[in-house]
Amino acid sequence: MQKFEKFTGLVAPLDRANVDTDAIIPKQFLKSIKRSGFGPNLFDEWRYLDHGEPGQDCSCRPLNPDFVLNQARYQGAQILLARENFGCGSSREHAPWALADYGFRVIIAPSFADIFFNNCFKNGLLPIRLAAEQVDALFRAVEAQPGFALVVDLVRQNLTAPDGVTYQFEVDEFRKHCLLNGLDDIGLTLQHQAEIKAFEAKHRAAQPWLFV
Amino acid sequence: MIAETLYDKLWNSHLVRTGPEGTALLYIDRHLVHEVTSPQAFEGMRMARRKPWRTGSMLAVPDHNVPTTHRSGGITDPVSRLQVETLDANCAELGITEFGMNDIRQGVVHVIGPEQGATLPGMTVVCGDSHTSTHGAFGALAHGIGTSEVEHVMATQCLVAKKSKAMLVKVEGKLGRGVTAKDIALAIIGKIGTAGGTGYAIEFGGDTVRGLSMEGRMTLCNMAIEAGARAGMVAADETTFAYIKGRPFAPQGGQWDKAVTYWRTLHSDAGAKFDAVAELDAAQIKPQVTWGTSPEMVVAVDGRVPDPAAMTDTGKREGAQRALQYMGLQANTPITEIKVDKVFIGSCTNGRIEDMRAAAAVARGKKVAPNVKLALVVPGSGLVKQQAEQEGLDKIFIAAGFEWRDPGCSMCLAMNDDRLEPGERCASTSNRNFEGRQGQGGRTHLVSPAMAAAAAIAGHFVDASKL
Repeated sequence: MQKFEKFTGLVAPLDRANVDTDAIIPKQFLKSIKRSGFGPNLFDEWRYLDHGEPGQDCSCRPLNPDFVLNQARYQGAQILLARENFGCGSSREHAPWALADYGFRVIIAPSFADIFFNNCFKNGLLPIRLAAEQVDALFRAVEAQPGFALVVDLVRQNLTAPDGVTYQFEVDEFRKHCLLNGLDDIGLTLQHQAEIKAFEAKHRAAQPWLFV
Repeated sequence: MIAETLYDKLWNSHLVRTGPEGTALLYIDRHLVHEVTSPQAFEGMRMARRKPWRTGSMLAVPDHNVPTTHRSGGITDPVSRLQVETLDANCAELGITEFGMNDIRQGVVHVIGPEQGATLPGMTVVCGDSHTSTHGAFGALAHGIGTSEVEHVMATQCLVAKKSKAMLVKVEGKLGRGVTAKDIALAIIGKIGTAGGTGYAIEFGGDTVRGLSMEGRMTLCNMAIEAGARAGMVAADETTFAYIKGRPFAPQGGQWDKAVTYWRTLHSDAGAKFDAVAELDAAQIKPQVTWGTSPEMVVAVDGRVPDPAAMTDTGKREGAQRALQYMGLQANTPITEIKVDKVFIGSCTNGRIEDMRAAAAVARGKKVAPNVKLALVVPGSGLVKQQAEQEGLDKIFIAAGFEWRDPGCSMCLAMNDDRLEPGERCASTSNRNFEGRQGQGGRTHLVSPAMAAAAAIAGHFVDASKL
């Protein structure tokens, strides 16, 4: 996994609550056996006017001019500003894969669905919870100021707006460490292999029927 | 001794270690695998030259992509076929037990686990699928995980987890005639909202829940994720043990007695503390129908489509306006005046034998209404299908004009050919009414099996409890 370093990113607003994983990446694209290439189908049903199928050349498809990510001012956005309960629905990791493949590195919302929130960290994507009033203020600022970008500093756990206003955010220490160092969870867990084996032996003795 | 919740007990009995900030390693007993969320995990293992920690904990089945007709001819869609073949190849290579597409034991992963006795009380169960919460019905800690976590569990038999808060949803009282676990689930989500359970593990309790069959409890836990909770659970009791006994993966002989002795401890202690409690009066719950594009957008069948103009919360109002536009509905329309184009009975929520029976009881001797283009019954597994056929349920459905299909996820998420066309309206026993879930532009109303069958017969929603 790539290390998460300080960067300045253009912010795109997606002003609706309960954006579900079916909307983020519709099911027909889940048939892929790869981890990459989901970006062109991110928000497929909102983004294009036609029906999308896997394997299409998306550059030839008619774009929905009303969809926010299709507006010229948000091209190249790396930060997605969203509303509450973002990422609800299925556990498909294709959702963060699609967001990351599109180019997003940070998602800001007042709240996230649990499984989606977890899945983001496994893919170098940082989900940031801010208070609803702060998210409101950011939506207003993005609307008012074309080119609105935020500086994302994970080490200091803050976002800085062009006017110098900073927003502190919380992040789990372990997840922060993994993101900053680009660490793979499996390798870290396997450092505790002996403990897992000891637990397993004890567990097997107590409940042998789990091991048939 | 401190009074513990069921969740505390399940958590503590699987805790391998606690790291900084409460990040824990939780040992996983059962890992269920399907074709959609596993190929990238197997690939990751291969690239890192890792082998599964314990293949005996794994049980695999293709379900999301499989066709529900003409199965012996294989899968025609090459992309779907590759995904299913990839699962077959991965399982064969690593020696993982798999019920292939044409095995009678094949079915929706959350139906077959319990059916095989592969889901047991006291277990931790994971699967790369959010509806894994279903298995909590057995007094197990079960939740959905992403593909990276699928790979992590394969490689280490553990999940990196942080303990959730505990919520008790207590349902007390006598359920009205024709009111089912699905209606309870939808009523709960209507009450606490789709994010009401976010950050919580929900235990469903109260005498109404105790009185539910295992099928009903599974329906309830299945929908915990629609309330935002990764895990739902019900304490193990005699109903649980009676369901499990004699199933292929269940403990046998002396092991059985030893297991049951332990399983009897799997309930919340008197006085155990929950971080949140929600209470429902079962007698007040009527058959439910969703009207919008989120499971919390739900009313009783004798209600009307809400009027967004009457909503004070701006976010809710805008959400409702958008939902009504997508659903092609007018505010204040009585629910019973909404006509349906298609009907889907099946899924991990309502694809079990009890669901088939409930739908067949309504369909018996009746005909599907002429305005209903397609009424699908998709049993949750090959064994559910076989049982239903032994009971003659297939004949009832076919005589009434329903199609009787082979098992799979089917039109719950429309990854195979079973789907809605743009603008089509469906009475569905599945779990999600999101935009496009059952096909782009499709309009989903979530209901119980009896309500879906009743809508198929009437051509519009009717109160199945009054039939």
